[in-house]
Amino acid sequence: MASAMDQGTVRPGSRIPAETAIHRPLRVRLAEWLDGQSRQLFIMPAVVLILIFSIFPLVASLVLAFSRLRLTGNMRFVGFDNFEKQIFGSEQFHFLGTFGEISVAGWVLIVAAGAAILWWLLAYARSGFTWVGFIGRLITAALGFGLAMLLGATLLSGQPFGTLGVTLFYVFVGCAFQFAIGLGLAFLCAQPIRGRTFFRVVFFLPLMITPIGVGYAFRMMADTTKGPLAPAWQWLGLGDFAWAADPWAARVFIVVGDSWQWIPFIFVVLLAALENIPRDFVEAGEGDGASRWQIFREITWPQIMPVAATVLLIRMIEAFKIVDLPNIMTSGGPGIATESMTLHAFFSWRALDLGEASAVAYLLLFVTVVVCVSFFNLVVLKRVRTA
Amino acid sequence: MTRGIETALSRRAGTGGLTAVGLVLALAGPALAQGKPYAGVTIDILTRPGPVIAQRMVERGVEFTELTGAEVRVHEVPFAELFQKLLTDWATGTNSIDVGVFQSGWGVELQAAGLLENLDPYIERDDKLDLQDIAPYFREYNQKIAGSTYQLTIDGDFHMVYYRRDVLEALGLQPPTTWEEYLAVAEATNGLDHNGDGTPDYGSCIFKKRNAQSYFAVQSIAASFVQTQGTGQGIYFDLETMEPMINNEAWITAFEIYKKTGDYGPPDEVNQDIGDTRAVVQAGRCALAIDWGDIGPLSIDPSGEAIRDKMGAVMLPGSTRVLDWETGQLVDCTPEICPHAINGVNHAPFAAFGGWSGGVNAAADELTRQASYDFLSYMNQAAQSNVDVTIGWTGYNPYRNSQLENLDPWVAAGFSPEFAENYLGAIKASLNHPNMASDLRIPGAQQYTGVVLDRELSRFLAGEITAEQAVANIEEGWEEITEDFGRDEQLEIYRASLGITN
Repeated sequence: MASAMDQGTVRPGSRIPAETAIHRPLRVRLAEWLDGQSRQLFIMPAVVLILIFSIFPLVASLVLAFSRLRLTGNMRFVGFDNFEKQIFGSEQFHFLGTFGEISVAGWVLIVAAGAAILWWLLAYARSGFTWVGFIGRLITAALGFGLAMLLGATLLSGQPFGTLGVTLFYVFVGCAFQFAIGLGLAFLCAQPIRGRTFFRVVFFLPLMITPIGVGYAFRMMADTTKGPLAPAWQWLGLGDFAWAADPWAARVFIVVGDSWQWIPFIFVVLLAALENIPRDFVEAGEGDGASRWQIFREITWPQIMPVAATVLLIRMIEAFKIVDLPNIMTSGGPGIATESMTLHAFFSWRALDLGEASAVAYLLLFVTVVVCVSFFNLVVLKRVRTA
Repeated sequence: MTRGIETALSRRAGTGGLTAVGLVLALAGPALAQGKPYAGVTIDILTRPGPVIAQRMVERGVEFTELTGAEVRVHEVPFAELFQKLLTDWATGTNSIDVGVFQSGWGVELQAAGLLENLDPYIERDDKLDLQDIAPYFREYNQKIAGSTYQLTIDGDFHMVYYRRDVLEALGLQPPTTWEEYLAVAEATNGLDHNGDGTPDYGSCIFKKRNAQSYFAVQSIAASFVQTQGTGQGIYFDLETMEPMINNEAWITAFEIYKKTGDYGPPDEVNQDIGDTRAVVQAGRCALAIDWGDIGPLSIDPSGEAIRDKMGAVMLPGSTRVLDWETGQLVDCTPEICPHAINGVNHAPFAAFGGWSGGVNAAADELTRQASYDFLSYMNQAAQSNVDVTIGWTGYNPYRNSQLENLDPWVAAGFSPEFAENYLGAIKASLNHPNMASDLRIPGAQQYTGVVLDRELSRFLAGEITAEQAVANIEEGWEEITEDFGRDEQLEIYRASLGITN
């Protein structure tokens, strides 16, 4: 007997009228139910795997972040102690930085940042206000003001900052530098120049080298007393310069190594975006007598902006996790000048302080999520919508 | 038959023959091993990356297999992760590792958790070990926990000062006996050309990299300022209250001396670990250096040509001013205050790192435990170890009296008789010194020194904080760790590690 589905009177997945259901065998009803759930059933294995390998570790490390665990002993719940130690306690200098008297420049930054953030929130409250949007912006504002205070109280006041500041340096300064160079190289390789295919391949190679190899190579090259570039350093009069002994020189060298590795990623994505710009638009601009800069500003840049914002977001998410290069090149030194938050957590984990390692990892997760989601909502989506 | 078929048939015959031989061997193998006591037993060892420490165990493992039938497999992990991996494997019950070869101080935490096998019964049955030949410090402090032996030494670690005999003789200088003299010699020899290549070289080379070995070197300096009453006094904590004995003039002075040596060293010394520093020493560029015993054998290594027969070794310098434990200030040595002083100078040779020693997993099965002990005993026995300690790349340094009395193996290895006598004499003087300072051997030792002390020292060297701030921070950090582990438990174990039983 043809079923209601065969007769076309019932759509798959829809409820069958009770009087019809009563008269159909269980086997048939089960088969129809399974058909209706087929979408969920097919993706279930992948979902379960993701849950096991990401959600479970997240929950387990959250439990660890609120505990003190000894592998040879017991585990005890300590509340927010591990977090409190990083922000207000004995590890404050390590995580946030050393606080002393705030300089005039520091106060100027703090006050200016506070005023700008208030103005931004008020501007939002006056236009298209939603509670979800406002709460999200409040979180972003709180973190932004906190970071401004940190910057004012440490860097601008001549005090060293901790692993949070170092990580933000790698992310913001590093990504900005990588974006500028990557865009420049992509723009050059999008031109009809000789050998551009060769350059495309060569520019892409560093991305395929393991970060440890990059770290060791740059450490070797930066060595001013021995190594392949030692004669060059000495010829330049830098034979006695110990880059690893100066905090800013060490940070810059790590950014150089990181940039060498990751510029190819930005390069290859932006190159694809540039090559997808319809040629007609550019020719129309040239026909109208626009200069190259005008063409780039009015035609090229608006076309690639959604892709550029997305690639920058992806790069930033990855940059927050930097650990290989500071570990290999300087072990986080001199002092703690090049120690990123992930390296901080790694050192704690290695010393079997799993509570502290988890707490630092969660603080990094919080900062990463707020910064990247803010960037996504306020920059990426806006560019995608206006594009 | 065509040539193709002939070739195929003969190839088949050859293959068939090989298969037959293989089958015979596979079946006969176990039969051949039948006569050996540990046939079928596998010993899995975990240690640091080779060739240092690990490679010699691989080579001796092959010999051990010939003798006993046990298969020895050496697994390597980065040093900084070694303790963590071992503890995780044993504490979680994974038990994939039968023998851990690690820094001897780590054994205390493993023993406290019941993870280490007590080796006393095995030693009683062992007629080849010759326990009394092992130098007293290693036998009584390094191998024993709470009065019983839990580890067997395969490398005896402590620091000495090495100097270029030719450089000092040319300037009419004597090897330093105090830290002030060390700085004076370093200053006098800094900037001169020590290896004839026309470039200025260095007065002192001491590793200073964070997360490497720098925290050992500063303890080598601090020990002679802090400890005067013998090994049982210790250099870290008050023996009644477990309060850190670090926020005082002695440690501040040690920090400042350590930093000052950098004025006479390579410009990037703050980023040099022990491998980097040894390379500079082997290139003949250092007049003075602090190191474990490896510089001796490394000087007769082919890569040590620039320093062959030019090095000298001396016990770690001492101090004429030492810590008053009540006031935290330095006071002048007197016979009462410094009962072990030599010519008014208090020395405290620091057993940095304690040395590499092997411990057996208490959860392994009985036969594997016995086989594991026998392999450690084989490594430790004079017949093997007396040769191994003369070979630079093994990383094994002397720890047996017989290794120090007999010059022949050293001369046979390539030492000149003069340097052999000088080198072994310095080791003997250090090992026999009643005021030898022990490395920290309590639970969390890695956190106390490898994390907190190392980090604050690194910040001080980077100029971020003063020495006073550094030791104050270390005191605070140590108190947190002590509270975390339990003050009373830590005190009991600390006292036991110093041989204090009541």
